[in-house]
Amino acid sequence: MAQDRPTAAELLLAIADFLREEATPALDRADPRLGFQMRVAANSLAILEREARLGPAADAREHDRLAKLLGRDGTLEALNRELAQQLRTGQRDERDPALMAHLDATIADKIAIANPKWR
Amino acid sequence: MPTEAETIANVMANVAGRHFGGPASIEHLVRESGGASRQTWSFDAIVNGERHGLILRRDPPPPGPPAVSPGAISPPSERSTSLDRATEFRVLRAAFQAGVRAPEVLFELSPTDGLGEAYVMRRIGGTAIARKLLRDPPYAAARGLIAVQLGEILARIHATDLGTLPALAHREAAHHIAGLRHQLDLLGQPQPVFELALAWLDRRKPAPTARPVLVHGDYRTGNYLADESGVTAILDWEAAHLGDPIEDLGWLCVKSWRFGAVDKPAGGFGSREALWAAYEGAGGGKVDPARAHWWEVFGTARWGIICHNQAFRHLSGSIKSMELASIGRRAVETEVDLLQLLKSGG
Repeated sequence: MAQDRPTAAELLLAIADFLREEATPALDRADPRLGFQMRVAANSLAILEREARLGPAADAREHDRLAKLLGRDGTLEALNRELAQQLRTGQRDERDPALMAHLDATIADKIAIANPKWR
Repeated sequence: MPTEAETIANVMANVAGRHFGGPASIEHLVRESGGASRQTWSFDAIVNGERHGLILRRDPPPPGPPAVSPGAISPPSERSTSLDRATEFRVLRAAFQAGVRAPEVLFELSPTDGLGEAYVMRRIGGTAIARKLLRDPPYAAARGLIAVQLGEILARIHATDLGTLPALAHREAAHHIAGLRHQLDLLGQPQPVFELALAWLDRRKPAPTARPVLVHGDYRTGNYLADESGVTAILDWEAAHLGDPIEDLGWLCVKSWRFGAVDKPAGGFGSREALWAAYEGAGGGKVDPARAHWWEVFGTARWGIICHNQAFRHLSGSIKSMELASIGRRAVETEVDLLQLLKSGG
């Protein structure tokens, strides 16, 4: 059964905003070390919010690309394991445009969740 | 029962008194940073009316007998490649005597002092916080100096007479690659981008150095102190080893150490060319740009795998830490950078 709103992403965003805007300034005054930890926590919740919102579609895209690249189906984990093996043994390398397109797209989706400001 | 701080103050009064010759009183003792296993404390010792600003580095003795549980996952720590306090003390002493801007180490503690492996050095002014150095007004002039100073100091580090050093591991490119592969395997998670990068690195690895030097091993923004006049001291020597001098130059230029100042590869403060010119001008060897690029790619992969290791220390249960856990999600930053670097040739 579907949960009521807020969705996971909406609730995570509400918590992250509260921690950043209200809890962190108070902690900074009381104990800067805890203030720092709270920033880390709020930042991690923001990652989870983006993951809840963007993760399922990103995983599906990665899975489709991998199945096409490797010419077989399997779990995301199994397909990545096979790709990692091919890269370690040198069966594929950076001169393979299809490989690089897949990795570029996968890492673009990952960084959009983990740290969209990274450049 | 005395608190940890009270115990340390008592021991410091004893050992500082012994070293400086006279009864010592201890003031302003504060824990600076570090995890549970590696501590840094700052304090003043007043002896014969003279105030000495000091730093204690210590690895506390493990509480009780070591816990061994067969089958438990042991974290792929960097411990095997990092120095113990006694060796770090000797490396620092040799570097300081060679004229490197580094803290002056004063004395080691003995096991009977009861604080674990520990030594005391002089406190040096400045901040290591990259965000402040890169953005705060007091450091505006220093920002124009740091890249060149880092090149000059590094040349001095690499010129340290090997005969003055304790026994150190000699690690060349091939050992480093094997080390990262091993750590990646311990994580047990397929990592296509790191595999691609390690294969790239393996195919292009530079020949072993004809003349290995003292490599700092963690020479980067965040690991030195600087004030309004620029760099005051190079810190964090526990990754020191013998090897290729270009390793330190490449590591300093890894994008993660620019802290947002991405267009200034030399630690966020200047160009690679300015860094290399300062290094060469201060007596460092000629820098081959292709070799420097290789070490920058290596450093990027190394930091990414360290991020995973840090998260794994939490995930394995050895240390409970939200902060360490969250570092695991930073590894992808280096994957972005690795894909960019591999495309830029080299």
